[in-house]
Amino acid sequence: MVNVLYFAWVRERIGLPREEIETKAETVADLVAELSGRDARYAAAFADVSALRVALDQQLSEFSAPLNGVREVAFFPPMTGG
Amino acid sequence: MHIRVQREPFDFGEECGRFGQDGRNVGAVVSFLGVVRDDSGDLASMEIEHYPGMTEKALGAIADAAMSRWDLADLLVIHRFGALAPGEAIMMVATAARHRAAAFEAAEFLMDYLKSRAPFWKKEIRREGSAWVQARDDDEAALGRW
Repeated sequence: MVNVLYFAWVRERIGLPREEIETKAETVADLVAELSGRDARYAAAFADVSALRVALDQQLSEFSAPLNGVREVAFFPPMTGG
Repeated sequence: MHIRVQREPFDFGEECGRFGQDGRNVGAVVSFLGVVRDDSGDLASMEIEHYPGMTEKALGAIADAAMSRWDLADLLVIHRFGALAPGEAIMMVATAARHRAAAFEAAEFLMDYLKSRAPFWKKEIRREGSAWVQARDDDEAALGRW
């Protein structure tokens, strides 16, 4: 099981802040493809991954990164702190 | 080194007053205050969302990088989340060092990294609808100078 978190407009488009997912996805990109296929809300959120960032276990990562051993995946737009 | 992520307001003057005052080797203190700006005149509030857990880690890593790069006596970062009104303080950084160059540079470094490497997202709530603040290419480019 992997905990998947969504923030900002990704959260709004999908309509959930977090969910637990049973997946066999090997990489972040595989997980994105799997989620996008669920329904129109997910497809809209993941339509342009160049507009998204991903964190694995609370560290910024890449869409090509492997998921083995990862417990928490977060998707969000580029950060706007400060 | 002090890092605080909080919903509550903070008193900039009070924070500056007690920061970096206890070291005999401190010759320079630099502070920066970020405030909610209302460019269009119809901003009701600024909502700041963050990623609890990752926020503290990311701020800690940015602060550690500043401490190891410059000879700082102390460093303070406060960042708020939740709904903020125009004019309210969003965040502050302060740095203390022997000389001003290190204090200024470290404060700018902290600000540049906070903008695009700390998991905060701003949403402008306007009377005529609301919108997420877009990250600027300039913000990402600013990291290149470090």
